[in-house]
Amino acid sequence: MVDATFLALSVLTIGSAIAALELRSLIYGSIALMGTLAGIAGFFLLLDSPFVAMFQIAVYVGSIAVLILFTVMLVKRELIFKKIEDRRRQFAGIGLMLVLMVGLGSLIIDSGIKSITTDEPAIDFRDIGKDFLTYYWPVLILMALILAGAVTGALVLARREDVEDEQRAN
Amino acid sequence: MSNELIDFVIVSIALLGIGIYGISVKRNAIRMLFAVEIIINAANLNLVAFARFLPHSGGQTLALFSIAIAAAEVAVGLSLIIVAYRMFQNVDIAEFRSLKG
Repeated sequence: MVDATFLALSVLTIGSAIAALELRSLIYGSIALMGTLAGIAGFFLLLDSPFVAMFQIAVYVGSIAVLILFTVMLVKRELIFKKIEDRRRQFAGIGLMLVLMVGLGSLIIDSGIKSITTDEPAIDFRDIGKDFLTYYWPVLILMALILAGAVTGALVLARREDVEDEQRAN
Repeated sequence: MSNELIDFVIVSIALLGIGIYGISVKRNAIRMLFAVEIIINAANLNLVAFARFLPHSGGQTLALFSIAIAAAEVAVGLSLIIVAYRMFQNVDIAEFRSLKG
């Protein structure tokens, strides 16, 4: 059986995920997305992995959600509130969602996952550190390069060349 | 621990369904990015849940890598949306069909 914390967290996570997609204003939507990400961090705490939970809060709630919020603020005001979708497509989407949830859910419930329980102690975060520096060190370096490349690429993409040319002309 | 693995997997399936609904229905590029984020988080939840119940540290390590890659993806995705918004003055993906500007 699940406990009250789990129930509250799942209501928060799933409710604010729906709110993030369905709220009329994109700004409230991105704040609701923040709620989803924080709820996932709470699930990580329930799963005895505080290190991943803190990483989630620092990276997702702290930086990605704020980045999205700032991008939303750059967009024109009437586009933030405009809803662009047709009814038929929406019903088809809801149908697809329900089919997917029921299908995957019944598949998972019928499988042997139900019988998996554990009473072993939680994984120590020191093991994760050891993993990073021994077995996964090439991946760690590759990931650092990818992050640097992605951030540089994002900066190059978002640069405004026209403004720079005007300044040079002046 | 009173919660079982199946509970976490079911929450993750619900989030995946909501994310796929968002990707297939929404035409606002920023909302589609929201849906992608929700799907990535569902996958991370699955990784950490299985890591706890098997128990093996690999799942948590992979979840950390996945979070970092998702951060890079969001940065690039948002800057692409900004570039497209500057070109078309719109965030409707139906308008982005011709990428000539």
